[in-house]
Amino acid sequence: MRAVLVVARQVVNEAARRRLLLALVLLTLVVIALTVWGVSRVDDLRNAGQPLSDAQKKTIVSQLLILVMFMFSWVLSFAALFVAAPAVSGELESGVALAILARPISRAEYVLGKWLGLAAVVVVYGLTAAVIELVAVQAVSGYQPPHPVEFLGFVLGEGLVILTFALALSTRLAGMVGGVVAAILFGIAWLGGIVGGVGAAFNNATITHVGTATKLILPTDGLWRGAVWSLEPSLVIAAQSQLGPAVAANPFFAAEPPPAPYIAWAMAWIAAMLLLAIWSFRSREV
Amino acid sequence: MAVATGAIRLDHVTKRYAKVVALDDLSLSVDHGVFGFLGPNGAGKTTAVKILLGLTRPTRGSGSLAGGAFGSKASLGRIGYLPELFRYQSWLTAREVLALHCELAGIARARWPSEIDRILATVGLADRGTSRVGTFSKGMQQRLGLGVALLDDPAVVLLDEPTSALDPVGRHDVREIIRVLRERGTIVFLNSHLLSEVEQVCDAVAIVDRGKVVAQGDLAQLLRTSSVRIRASGISRDARAAMGRFGELDDGADGAVLIKGIERERIPDLVSAIVASGARVYAVEPQHESLEERFLSLLGQ
Repeated sequence: MRAVLVVARQVVNEAARRRLLLALVLLTLVVIALTVWGVSRVDDLRNAGQPLSDAQKKTIVSQLLILVMFMFSWVLSFAALFVAAPAVSGELESGVALAILARPISRAEYVLGKWLGLAAVVVVYGLTAAVIELVAVQAVSGYQPPHPVEFLGFVLGEGLVILTFALALSTRLAGMVGGVVAAILFGIAWLGGIVGGVGAAFNNATITHVGTATKLILPTDGLWRGAVWSLEPSLVIAAQSQLGPAVAANPFFAAEPPPAPYIAWAMAWIAAMLLLAIWSFRSREV
Repeated sequence: MAVATGAIRLDHVTKRYAKVVALDDLSLSVDHGVFGFLGPNGAGKTTAVKILLGLTRPTRGSGSLAGGAFGSKASLGRIGYLPELFRYQSWLTAREVLALHCELAGIARARWPSEIDRILATVGLADRGTSRVGTFSKGMQQRLGLGVALLDDPAVVLLDEPTSALDPVGRHDVREIIRVLRERGTIVFLNSHLLSEVEQVCDAVAIVDRGKVVAQGDLAQLLRTSSVRIRASGISRDARAAMGRFGELDDGADGAVLIKGIERERIPDLVSAIVASGARVYAVEPQHESLEERFLSLLGQ
């Protein structure tokens, strides 16, 4: 366990020393400043010369927040993906790993330490940035999404899924290759969610199953739907639901949270992928 | 070969990568001193070290390192290793790299500062301890790598081409460090293709080529086969035939005859044979064969 923590601390240390954290913090501050400015302008909007009703303003702010958080979830996921994809392979290629692995440390401890360190970076960054964003929007507009805690859980879960996947790839593929593969699959999973929604809209079982399968194979989009749901005020859900089943294809809308078994599946998926990463690295010759 | 015993043991180890045979039925045993593992590039030297450390698995064969199975925590806890492809975390200072290895090696935290000071002084980096590794030259990184390998006085130190990036002063320093290790009773396994270095510090060597050991033993024993220069007059055809039985003849420009590939103990017999054939011997000059000559003749076989 000690070795796991030593490796994890090195990952965090590297992220800090190489100014990854600084870059993330600075860019996040820019995004938050832009969001606050945008939300503050909603008060000035007019509809045929009349000020907007509170319900209209709330809807607009909620939709703005969903768009910003959609971007944030991509930033978080891609940051996780890009730090995890070279985490093992990069150290093997450079030779840094040789001296470490010749110490009394098992391959499992090395992989677990990498995961723990990367997960700490992603969770701490994601949590801090998302909370500041939510608080800033509330301070400017008075709007608070209905399920902020669930939102944090879903969006961080999405980041951890792609992180674990990229780390598993990193035990076998060069950082660049693993990063590209993970990014493409992340995109396919997102599209799969839309495709599945189209299937549901047109009552096509085959297409619906494709969507369900992608949600199970890489549960990033499935968790994103949970994040969207937790940001939607009930009046938006009510209004959208009247549009019929077609709205299921809209990646910025979810009528219901993911069912509990799906959340359990996503957690089990992360654990299984981590075990796969350990197994893969154990059998790897360096 | 009898089953080897000792601190470093490889028993009939074979390593195959797809179609390439990196090691072919390699057996060796080292239980003291400085062992030189020599061979040209691509001979399988690094593969052998990686198998000892459990970084790579043998296709066949077995063995042990420092009393533990390849790659076991027991074994890795008693050794130090300088990889051929050495690279240390560029974002850390030299002291931090050493502290990281202190922690991974399980050294008590209270001992870290003194141990790190000692190591930095040993490898000549005492004044660069707080510099980032990213600012180090290759030679300084190799010194740091050697320091990492020497932390906590391991029982066995494996050095894979430890002087590849060093200047003559650095090479001299490394030889001195290896001599101190030997005096302390540390077993040193030295991978190298720099023969003059090996000759200066090693007690025993194995010469490996294309995964096979072509010669193995004490350095003195290995270099026993030598050559001798004979100055004599009245060398008849019979005398030449008699000399030819001791080794390959080579006529020098100065009239002397060089007999190559003769073992030292046979030189008196050679002289007796020449005298018995009626020739008059004026000088007998044994030639010292360098490791390089021996190496090249072995690889040429």
